Amino acid sequence: MKKQPNIEDTLPVDRKLSHKLLYQMMLIRRFEEKAAEMYTKEKIRGFLHLYIGQEALATGIINSLSPEDGILATYREHGHALVRGIDAGAIMAEMYGKQEGCSRGRGGSMHLFDAKARFYGGNAIVAGHLPMAVGMALADKKMGRKRITCCFFGEGAAAEGEFHEAMNLAALWRVPVLFVCENNLYAMGTSLEHTHAVHNLEKKAIGYGIKSCMVDGMRLLKVLDGAQQAIDTIRESGEPFFMVCNTYRFRAHSMFDAELYREKEEVEEWKKRDPILIFREYLNENKLISEKEVTKLEQRIEAEVQKAVDFAEAGTWEPVEYLTKYVYSESAN
Amino acid sequence: MNDKQTIKLTYREALKQGMLDALRNDDRVFLMGEDVGSYGGAFAVSKGFLKEFGPDRIMDVPLSESGFTGAGIGAALGGMRPIVEIMTVNFSLLAFDQIANNAATLLHMSGGQLSVPVVIRMSCGTGRQLAAQHSHSWEPLFAHIPGLKVISAGTHEDARMMLQPAIDDPDPVILFEYTAMLNMEGEIPADIQSVDISKARVRREGSDISIITYGSGVYKALGAAAELAEAGIAAEVVDLRVLRPLDTATIVASVSKTHRAIIVEDAWQSVSISSEVSARIMEKCFYDLDAPVERLCGIEVPMPYPKHLEEASLPQKDQIVALVKKIVNYG
Repeated sequence: MKKQPNIEDTLPVDRKLSHKLLYQMMLIRRFEEKAAEMYTKEKIRGFLHLYIGQEALATGIINSLSPEDGILATYREHGHALVRGIDAGAIMAEMYGKQEGCSRGRGGSMHLFDAKARFYGGNAIVAGHLPMAVGMALADKKMGRKRITCCFFGEGAAAEGEFHEAMNLAALWRVPVLFVCENNLYAMGTSLEHTHAVHNLEKKAIGYGIKSCMVDGMRLLKVLDGAQQAIDTIRESGEPFFMVCNTYRFRAHSMFDAELYREKEEVEEWKKRDPILIFREYLNENKLISEKEVTKLEQRIEAEVQKAVDFAEAGTWEPVEYLTKYVYSESAN
Repeated sequence: MNDKQTIKLTYREALKQGMLDALRNDDRVFLMGEDVGSYGGAFAVSKGFLKEFGPDRIMDVPLSESGFTGAGIGAALGGMRPIVEIMTVNFSLLAFDQIANNAATLLHMSGGQLSVPVVIRMSCGTGRQLAAQHSHSWEPLFAHIPGLKVISAGTHEDARMMLQPAIDDPDPVILFEYTAMLNMEGEIPADIQSVDISKARVRREGSDISIITYGSGVYKALGAAAELAEAGIAAEVVDLRVLRPLDTATIVASVSKTHRAIIVEDAWQSVSISSEVSARIMEKCFYDLDAPVERLCGIEVPMPYPKHLEEASLPQKDQIVALVKKIVNYG
């Protein structure tokens, strides 16, 4: 298939790592398919934003970070949480609204948090978390800690004022933030050409003096390579970096979306570039995985997703008497 | 007054000393805001700070209210104790998303995992002929939001002492200061160590009526109470201080004793702090009342520029005196 040499031919991805990466992408996909099923069964309510099609981004980037690096994501963050190692059961329970959820059920699908994993949401005001990411990096700089804050957002956020304020502040203060723009071409239902005057989003970094790159977000190894280079640059310089990943969301924006704004043919065309298929092809061609091993991964994932559902089903409702907990810190009262 | 027991200082100096203490007490504390460094603060409150603490702790920021307020919230998550100065409340709506959607919600959304120990200071209020966009009294907007603590420094003592407990608080605190009072001199106890930021304070005791107020209303109410005393009316002045969560117990105790109440504030009357206080009095001590609760608030107009119209828009001491006399004579 691939005639021209590219990064995927040279990147040292060993058998063990490649299996882990494939497992994570497939886990996200299967976990979300199950979440959608549970949504139609009304086990999950509210908003549910699926990441299907974009799995290579969270997988490639979060695997390139260290456990002590901080992560802020959007309301489409199940994949990021899973790759970060937050238990699938705790995520599913959160979506059920059970107190065993990773945010004790108070947040739901859009607000997954895990302070121990340094996973800071689950932020559902578009671009609202970008200034916070800058502040977290500023705190690290002030305290002399050598860690990075990684902030995921969509291309819709890049039209918000907070994006521009955050980029300027990060560059001005020289703080180690990895800004990751997941450009899935649609801000809810409005396409890139209707939301941005300049479609090469990575160019926006120039005005702030921030280094940037653009990668094909459907190819995991490209994402991995781009992320590693970006992170190396940040660790070396202590300065921010802007990484644009071009991708596509295969599913609707949320479960309420009738997808009137795009043609089915367009979606089908992009599905040919499914990041999981592309990576599996690569592994097959390079004899890094056997069909038997894939089947074993699938079985493992099926079991893990079922375990997550069972955990959520067995979860408990927080007593109504606790309604006003977590408004103020208990130590303050 | 006995010089050994009190210190005389301006409201500005009180704010300044409060911040100096906080910065000297804890290396995690830093001040960020527009013109706080080289300029010395828009109101000269942080004059000299840059020299003493350096640019890492006294950070001049660009005109990006949302950006730097959000960065303050992020820095608090990262273990620092930021003091974010929004030059005046008038610009705070640019940062409102950060305050209402992030600072106020993170503890709750994370099921208690994340606390946000940030202090956001804002200069607030009217009285300097700054017209419609620079004269806001928006305490009620912030006091509406669960997850925030909202405090108001209506006296020199609070201007001097409120910041430290606000910094020590694990939750986000909005601290309102009053531009019109900056040059005003006042006295505070020389040996004062701290103030509480959970309770209202009775600033003057009385038995005939409770004048309930906060911020720039406190000294006006005390002036009115002194004048009323000469007319034989003992007015009690309650300084709310904490606008969220409101100290209902102190309000109820005062009104249950005096049986009459007026509420005074600069903010527009509709959906205000006085609306809430009035409702709580009705809920908690309706049968103790000898007269209907009255309110003296900002007139509902964008602030006009001319001095006589600005004055007419705000509650004044003479109006407080007149209204109290009317209520007391009615009962």
